[in-house]
Amino acid sequence: MIEFQQVSKTFGHWKAVDNLSLHLQDGEFTVLIGPSGSGKSTTLKMINRLVEHDSGRILFAGKEIRSFQPEDLRRRMGYAIQSNGLFPHWTVEENIGTVPALLKWPKSRIADRVTELLTLLDLEPNRYRGRYPHELSGGQQQRVGVARALAADPEILLMDEPFGALDPVTRAALQKELARIHQRSGKSIVLVTHDIDEALLLADRIVLLDKGRIAQVGTPQRILAQPASDFVADFVGRSEVGIKLLGLQTVAGRVRRGETAAGRPVPLQASLREALSAFVAQGRGSLPVVDEHGHAVGSIHYADLLAAPAEALA
Amino acid sequence: MSRTRAGWADPLLWSGGVLLLLIFGMPLLTPLFRELFPELDRPLYLQETFPALVAAHLGIVAASSAVAIVLGLGAGVLVTRAAGKDFRGLVETVVAMGQTFPPVAVLAVAVPLIGFGVWPALIALALYGLLPIVQSTIAGIESVPESVREAARGLGMNPLRVLWQVELPLALPVLIAGIRTSVIINIGTAAIASTVGAKTLGSPIIVGLSGFNTAYILQGALLVALLAIVTDLAFDRLQTRLQRGRATVPAAAPIARATTQTARSTP
Ligand SMILES: Nc1ncnc2c1ncn2[C@@H]1O[C@H](COP(=O)(O)OP(=O)(O)O)[C@@H](O)[C@H]1O
Ligand SMILES: [Mg+2]
Repeated sequence: MIEFQQVSKTFGHWKAVDNLSLHLQDGEFTVLIGPSGSGKSTTLKMINRLVEHDSGRILFAGKEIRSFQPEDLRRRMGYAIQSNGLFPHWTVEENIGTVPALLKWPKSRIADRVTELLTLLDLEPNRYRGRYPHELSGGQQQRVGVARALAADPEILLMDEPFGALDPVTRAALQKELARIHQRSGKSIVLVTHDIDEALLLADRIVLLDKGRIAQVGTPQRILAQPASDFVADFVGRSEVGIKLLGLQTVAGRVRRGETAAGRPVPLQASLREALSAFVAQGRGSLPVVDEHGHAVGSIHYADLLAAPAEALA
Repeated sequence: MSRTRAGWADPLLWSGGVLLLLIFGMPLLTPLFRELFPELDRPLYLQETFPALVAAHLGIVAASSAVAIVLGLGAGVLVTRAAGKDFRGLVETVVAMGQTFPPVAVLAVAVPLIGFGVWPALIALALYGLLPIVQSTIAGIESVPESVREAARGLGMNPLRVLWQVELPLALPVLIAGIRTSVIINIGTAAIASTVGAKTLGSPIIVGLSGFNTAYILQGALLVALLAIVTDLAFDRLQTRLQRGRATVPAAAPIARATTQTARSTP
């Protein structure tokens, strides 16, 4: 989908991106992460040419991005940013319809698309389509920002810390929705964040940047269990690696079907991290497991958690 | 709509009414002026009619303001583009210098170059009204949040569209404030243009000053002042409308919700 070949970008004397090579697969959810100033936003913005790369090649659909008109390129890529960047003088409907209008879709088609997207993002269409951004909460504004990025069904979605300014509860809800959208649409997504938990939760593949260079590329499990350097280990948080590994797996993979146990049950879809929490909170060595309807399916033992890290790498 | 809401207490309505009465009814006040200034043979300015003077005055103000708006807006937009930002310091300095000259001095310089009449007045007034417009254009465009501009570009708007659909509409309230200042200054300053032979509401004032006719001075000054007040109130109304229609401040939300549906036209 997107391929970086030895790409560099310099601001003055500062190498913001230094000889980056990276292949983003079709349909993959890639998370760019790293400390502040490590070149995440620069890398992202080079994809839609908001920042022009100095050297190397960036390919989109097999062609160097410079061979496209910048506007055409951008209309094929959704773009959402932290402070949402909604147009304050336009309604929610007009905001979401920005790219479709640029592409000269007929009005009725735009209206239908707005309805569809508001529904997808859990905003009641008729209640919200006529509102102005300042009449929405921060979380709702960000939903509209995501809807606007998705509006013209882009081939790839670029997001720069889209949930960075939200409170933890709202952020968690939107992360869940984005994961759902990704699963359903199979769209390629590139998301920038500095929040390792967000990266672990959403990414198929994490690209960890340090001073404009790749520190490590890999699945969340690999980054956690086999950090390529001290920098990576420190960044993911050495002392919590075990906990975070548990967070990547669900109870479903460890359940002993048919067995029974006493205690308050844990759901199948809960993460092993949540299961650990339940073991400790309830002071028990085993707990019953239920499915989404609350029906008993089996049990899970405290010791079963230990199998997780090794198997995660298999 | 707002007329019914504000009713007869609306200051724009009654000051406008007084202005119209004075413009067309000044001759009716002749006995009053005779009473006030018994020593004067002719207490009412009769060389031109007051409607003609007001029309000429407004014509000069409109023409010079239009030039100032076009040039000021153009210069302000230019120096806020990536390609023009090197000129920003220069433009601001030149325009500010234009305003430090007293308008009388500009007229004095212009007359030997272009002669007497309306043209030197127009040039002086246009130069004089430029500064507030250039400044407000720059301030207005700079008040647009960087995130909004970035989103506009990132979604695929070309530079012209970003300017036209995003930057200028969002700069409009600040821009209108600058135009208001410029026009109000010009309404006052246009009176001075009569010194170089342009027909304005300054004419009775100047004739009055040279002929010791206080009544003429009063008649001219009264109309200039009222004209400025009415225009200012009209701009005030316009700005309130704009604010209501597209409040960008979260604090304004409760007021805005009630009016947005009706007061606002789609972009
Ligand atoms: N337009 C710019 N002009 C100058 N320096 C810039 C510009 N954009 C980014 N930089 C610099 O490049 C480096 C990387 O920036 P950025 O990609 O925004 O980092 P991140 O998003 O990882 O925090 C930083 O040191 C930043 O100061
Ligand atoms: Mg950044």
